[in-house]
Amino acid sequence: MKLAALLVALCAALFVVSLTSGQVNASVGESLVALWRDDGLPLSVVMQEIRLPRALLAVMIGASLGMAGAAMQGFLRNPLAEPGLIGVSGSAALGAVLAIQTGLTLFFPLALPLAALSGAVLAVVLILLLAGPRGASITLILAGIAISALAGALTSLVLNLSPNPFAAADIVFWMMGSLADRSFDHVWLALPFMMLGWALLALSARGLDALTLGEDAAQAMGINLARLRLMLVIGTASCVGAATAVAGAVGFVGLVVPHLLRGFVGARPSSLLWASALGGAAMVLAADIAVREILPQRDLKLGVLMALVGAPLFLHLIFKTRKEMA
Amino acid sequence: MVAVLLGPAAWADQRPERVVSVNLCTDQLGLLLADSGQLISVSRLAHEPDSSAMVEAARALPANGSGAEEVYLLTPDLVLAGTFTDSATVQMLRDLGIRVELFAPARSLEDVPARLRQMGAALGRTAVAEEMVARFEADLAALTVTLTPRPRAALYYVNSYTSGDRSLASDILAVAGFDNVASEVGLDWGGVLPLEKLVMLAPDLIIQGRDYPGQARAEDTLDHPALLALSDTLQAGQLTDRDWICGTPQVLNAIRAMRDLRLSMEADR
Amino acid sequence: MTLLALDRLTVRRGDCPVVDAVTVSVAAGECVGLIGPNGAGKTTLLRGALGLLPHQGQSSLTSMPGAQRARHAAWMPQSREIAWPVTVETLIALGRIPHLPRGAKPRPDDQRAIEAAIARMGLEAFRHRTATQLSGGEQARVLIARALAQDTPLLLADEPIAGLDPASQIATMQVFGRLAREGHAVIVSLHDLGLAARHCTRLLMMSAGRLIADGAPRDVLTPDHIAQVFGITGFWADTDHGPVFQPLEVTG
Repeated sequence: MKLAALLVALCAALFVVSLTSGQVNASVGESLVALWRDDGLPLSVVMQEIRLPRALLAVMIGASLGMAGAAMQGFLRNPLAEPGLIGVSGSAALGAVLAIQTGLTLFFPLALPLAALSGAVLAVVLILLLAGPRGASITLILAGIAISALAGALTSLVLNLSPNPFAAADIVFWMMGSLADRSFDHVWLALPFMMLGWALLALSARGLDALTLGEDAAQAMGINLARLRLMLVIGTASCVGAATAVAGAVGFVGLVVPHLLRGFVGARPSSLLWASALGGAAMVLAADIAVREILPQRDLKLGVLMALVGAPLFLHLIFKTRKEMA
Repeated sequence: MVAVLLGPAAWADQRPERVVSVNLCTDQLGLLLADSGQLISVSRLAHEPDSSAMVEAARALPANGSGAEEVYLLTPDLVLAGTFTDSATVQMLRDLGIRVELFAPARSLEDVPARLRQMGAALGRTAVAEEMVARFEADLAALTVTLTPRPRAALYYVNSYTSGDRSLASDILAVAGFDNVASEVGLDWGGVLPLEKLVMLAPDLIIQGRDYPGQARAEDTLDHPALLALSDTLQAGQLTDRDWICGTPQVLNAIRAMRDLRLSMEADR
Repeated sequence: MTLLALDRLTVRRGDCPVVDAVTVSVAAGECVGLIGPNGAGKTTLLRGALGLLPHQGQSSLTSMPGAQRARHAAWMPQSREIAWPVTVETLIALGRIPHLPRGAKPRPDDQRAIEAAIARMGLEAFRHRTATQLSGGEQARVLIARALAQDTPLLLADEPIAGLDPASQIATMQVFGRLAREGHAVIVSLHDLGLAARHCTRLLMMSAGRLIADGAPRDVLTPDHIAQVFGITGFWADTDHGPVFQPLEVTG
């Protein structure tokens, strides 16, 4: 519980810092007051329409990706399982791009998260089929490479075929992810799907705990594995799909956060779920603050920063699991 | 090789008869000034109504994809290109003995007569060019707005890009009676104007640059609710890109549209 | 009281029956040893009985809903899987999952069952150790404790003593024996016929998917049976220290 309080406090602090970092020179107090003022003045508009949705999305996306990572790892019993690395985010991005490029989103805005969710479902199902129930590292990584590569290539293809001259530039966004200039439209678009995802993953907590002992033991303890698998597929896809639909594919959150927190929760998969949700929120808030503070003029992508932090850790984990694979 | 060594001067007296343009702006200058039959091909963009201000005239000519191979096979005696045309293409064509005339993009309204004269010289049509320059300068003088105060306008393109004072677009604004807010934040040459800064500038007018088919996520910022939340800012909607990009007399269309907007704002006051 | 009843239970792999029409019932108070050579179908029989494999015939366990079955029968699989570096105490507490309402913390009852399991398996000293860092034998004992914490009338264990040191093997068999005397039923598959003879109240001998013999150890471990099923000879003696069985030679 101490950990929960600590993480909540960290998120709250980072949330305030996120609200007060950006291009505008205004004092912290002034900015926070402007958050509540209904006067249509520029600072109020910046705080309410740009900063607030951005910080909220960072929390939502971080929580979703952290929780999805912890859930996939619990289900496959493999610390390398991460939605971004195994192609789930990439496939969600492909779905989102298809929805935008076909013009579907013009008539039906919900098509964006729905299409991203469908892409994510497809990828999760494919991963579960390819990697098998125990999710052996080698098949998991190979299947992930294949799915990521295919999704990335198809995304590029769709955007290259677009008549819009700026569509090709969108490739970077979909591959790397960014929260720049997102609005409340995006918050409302993503929130229902994320809430569904959080609920389903929270309900799978007990099953994930039982899976610590293997599928047979879990099933004998009354866990319905088919239902657990379904909840995990839909839950992960809702979280990752909604996050990707509004912010592009942000990788490594679901890898780094559970890895850092596993020791603090005694490695219990159920506790790791909520801890990773809070930790993910803190991590994405921090990363989004960093991209604004390090290179304020350059629109540094969120995924670039996450990869710089996450990739070395990923390599470390591969090195560690190499022994069990051999 | 001979051609390269002799340089452009050697061609000065010789009127080119097979001219190929590979750049959207040289397409239009060429179409304006070339004698009939002198220009034989324009760039593919010139056929796109969204980009090209002279699409009707351009479509009378075959389009080329601006590649060296394709252009060479048209056996031109002069190729018109922009200074931003792929240098490999330009060098290849020069190596193959074809004269290539490069035109810098216009950065101000003063560049318009200069480009017209350059094109006139390249095509051996200086008299027509002078005539056109005179007409342009007269029209420009007639359209210039001197009303005060000058509303603060922002040019806002896809990916939060804006044009600064040293740009053709900013000159168009200035003539039509507006000040460009980009200079208030030091973006004289243009660049990225983050949405937050734009909102904080709270310009009197936001002019958006968008007129493209299809969808791109990069265009999202143009619809951002924060822009609509600025109660005292007039959203002028989209400008027609094709009248703003090239230093040709077509910019008068853009000036006329902005001038009408300025006058209507005056009427509302 | 009958805690497990199998009626012509058959499990097929393809067309080939791996468990062939096994009918057996186990009552409270029995400590049943399941013996047979490799590939005889011992594991498949146990998994089929639990409903973990598609099967024909009846098992009293599979007619129960999952949650109820989990409170009736505990299962310790042969593969000793511990996926995450949890503490021994946490791991054993997983055994209480079938008893806890969703999301609830362990209640005093659960705590008592966990403590009892730890005490039975002599794991007090290991309580706060990380389960994945223990030796194979220690892990096996922890996993047995986990199954005990499930506190079910029936316990099915698949080769629980394989790889344990002699003291742990004997202690574990004694735990099973004691459980049976306290009114539980235990079915344990094992290869050590000596331990089976000494600690089980009853033996089921399987070969090629069929139940060959079912009865008291003395009646099952006959020279004929062990020659036919295992291809060995053995030595049986009733001593002051209880029955002793020792396999001797491989027959022709």
